[in-house]
Amino acid sequence: MKKFLALLLAGTMTLSLCACGSATQTASTDNAVAADTSSEVQADASEDTAADASGEALDIKVGFICLHDENSTYDLNFINGAKEACAKLGIEPIIKTNIPEGQECYDAACELADAGCSFIFADSFGHEDYMIEAAKEYPEIQFSHATGTKAHTENLANYHNAFASIYEGRYLAGIVAGMKLNEMIDAGTITADQAKIGYVGAFTYAEVISGYTSFFLGARSVCPTATMEVTFTGSWYDETAEKEGATKLIQDGCVLISQHADSMGAPTACENAGVPDVSYNGSTKAACPNTFLVSSRINWAPYFEYAITATAKGEAYDTDWTGTIATDSVCLTELGDSVAEGTQEAIDAAKAKIQDGSLHVFDTTTFTVEGKPLDSYMADVDTDPAYEGDHEVVTDGYFNESGEGFRSAPYFDLQIDGISLLDTAF
Amino acid sequence: MKTKVREPKFHLVKRDDLSRYQRVLIRLLSIVLALILCATITAITTGINPFEVFGSIVSGAFGTARKTWITLQDLSVLLLIALALTPAFTMKFWNIGGEGQVLVGGLATAACMICFEQKLPSAVIILLSVIAAPLAGALWGFIPAICKAKWNTNETLMTLMMNYIATQLVSYFIIIWEVPKGSGKIGIINQNSHAGWMPQVFGSKYMLCILVALITMVFLYFYIGYSKHGYEIQVVGESENTARYVGIKVGKVIVRTMLLSGALCGIAGMLLVGSINHTITTTIAGGQGFTGVLVAWMAKFNPFTMVLSAFLIVFMDRGAGEIATQFGLNQSYADILTGIILFFIIGCEFFINYRIKRAEKHENKEGSSC
Repeated sequence: MKKFLALLLAGTMTLSLCACGSATQTASTDNAVAADTSSEVQADASEDTAADASGEALDIKVGFICLHDENSTYDLNFINGAKEACAKLGIEPIIKTNIPEGQECYDAACELADAGCSFIFADSFGHEDYMIEAAKEYPEIQFSHATGTKAHTENLANYHNAFASIYEGRYLAGIVAGMKLNEMIDAGTITADQAKIGYVGAFTYAEVISGYTSFFLGARSVCPTATMEVTFTGSWYDETAEKEGATKLIQDGCVLISQHADSMGAPTACENAGVPDVSYNGSTKAACPNTFLVSSRINWAPYFEYAITATAKGEAYDTDWTGTIATDSVCLTELGDSVAEGTQEAIDAAKAKIQDGSLHVFDTTTFTVEGKPLDSYMADVDTDPAYEGDHEVVTDGYFNESGEGFRSAPYFDLQIDGISLLDTAF
Repeated sequence: MKTKVREPKFHLVKRDDLSRYQRVLIRLLSIVLALILCATITAITTGINPFEVFGSIVSGAFGTARKTWITLQDLSVLLLIALALTPAFTMKFWNIGGEGQVLVGGLATAACMICFEQKLPSAVIILLSVIAAPLAGALWGFIPAICKAKWNTNETLMTLMMNYIATQLVSYFIIIWEVPKGSGKIGIINQNSHAGWMPQVFGSKYMLCILVALITMVFLYFYIGYSKHGYEIQVVGESENTARYVGIKVGKVIVRTMLLSGALCGIAGMLLVGSINHTITTTIAGGQGFTGVLVAWMAKFNPFTMVLSAFLIVFMDRGAGEIATQFGLNQSYADILTGIILFFIIGCEFFINYRIKRAEKHENKEGSSC
């Protein structure tokens, strides 16, 4: 035994020696890299304009941190956006997948910084605090975070939030759903008061509430008798729970399903049960050809292009950026085969109205809260542990979601009439 | 053991004639074979040069000074959890509740940090955490232990169920503490005040975990190998009847050992929350309560050997992220490689303990692993 132990000790000691050796080595190379980049910055400044004019590839490294990998529709949407924007800019992104919402995110961000990235992006809500920590440590590197709420109050020049007015996309997808409900009513498959939509949500968080409410308002704008039931899974990605949630809603009499959770759970349950489904984050047509109607998604490519270009030029960019239909950030996928007739025309009409400002998704004349119209609402825009409302967000007769002067991440967290929540544990 | 009248063509013979040298050689050989299989599978299924993949795994774990530190930190947490489970397993008390004991330790730390942020100075909060976390872990170990000692309940089931209770408790408190409302996330606790954050040791935020793990390793080596308590644990593990015969109070040993096991897990939880993540989630233990069992078992419960088995797991895990980033191979791919290596390492113990013999007229003896 003693001999074996001695061997092991020797082994571990050699290993630790190796570890120390590599550590010192990398430290020196790190210095070299640091020296390199500083000289590069100077070179960049002089060459910048020339490179731009000729449309040459940008000379920067960019890193992306994703909560899951491409099996999650949510992360896939980011990965595709990153690849698209980087291909356009002629750079190669470094993509780190399966980074949990903990210290691992900070570590990943710092590793990307060590690797020489000057723009680092994280895609999941829980990454935010760790990105802020990394941003404090690397003031010369730009950090962007999707769905976060703190950039506008954090006062860090190199930390940014971004989101899109996806509620407008949800509204348009809701119109597709409403048209489908009307078709079912006209065909006699269901009566008008059976037009019940089911919705699988992740958490009772503003982003989800804003999403299902705008979807519902879109559906009700074409099918006035529509109602909705919502269930929550307590996870952004839980295929089993999402599938079970959708199945439960279908058994409960819901004739159309949509979801705000990131797996294929709900679309698969719909395909199995033959219930039409409005998906999210991207088309599920290939997997669910018979039931897929449409999907709204945020197109992240325009933001990445904007932020990376600004970073490369050394220019400041928005602390809190909201993409819109106009920036091509909010879009619908191609329609499924089973949509009702005239759907495309209805979408186009509504989209035009949203763009010219004559239609607001959260127009307070279209919904009531506890039987009363909404005249005023103090939303918790500046995140705090007490959830205190701090901004009046009802202006000019509509709830100004993701509005100018507030923040990009949604803050609509009201319970409107017509939607019932089956469980609010999460 | 089922015995049939039919004569088997092969049978297994226990062997203990191998020298230490031969045993080490067999184990090394198994790793080499595992690597060859990994390389073959990589080349066939992905078409990527397997040596590049191996190189990428190494650079994922040790590529930069930071990566090396993180690897060492991860290693020390896993080692600490494996060490924590060791006393219980030496006693043949199947404590698979490490996950829950780590979680409640973390929860206790988070509670100290959140509840006393503005009321107490940071040093006092740290002191409270240092008391509360091991206590919480010990309580989580005590409950199945006392039930086992008093009513001979099944400790495997009970420790497992305690895990679920711990997870649910953590979910419950996350909903109470979540910011912003409904998000299901607490975020970094006391991000600006740093109240209750564990101190840096030697100017490095990674050092504390490493130190705690090293101290625990040395402590457990002597505690189990060279103390009266350790001797009692070993006797109870060998045979409860013998223990009773020589006058050891078995129930007392079980409870005492599980208190220790749980408290050490609680400390691991405290480090995860107070020193590393500064938040609490239901997945903060990340399955290490179970991986720890594997680590301890592969090392045959020798605290020093555990460094190697824990290193193997952490090394592959850290490398996994790197090959996912560099080659676009899914994270699961590294899990497959880890699985192959573990299969060979655990499998080779079979050939160390047994020899396959062609059938002769010979009674098949039941043998237990040493």
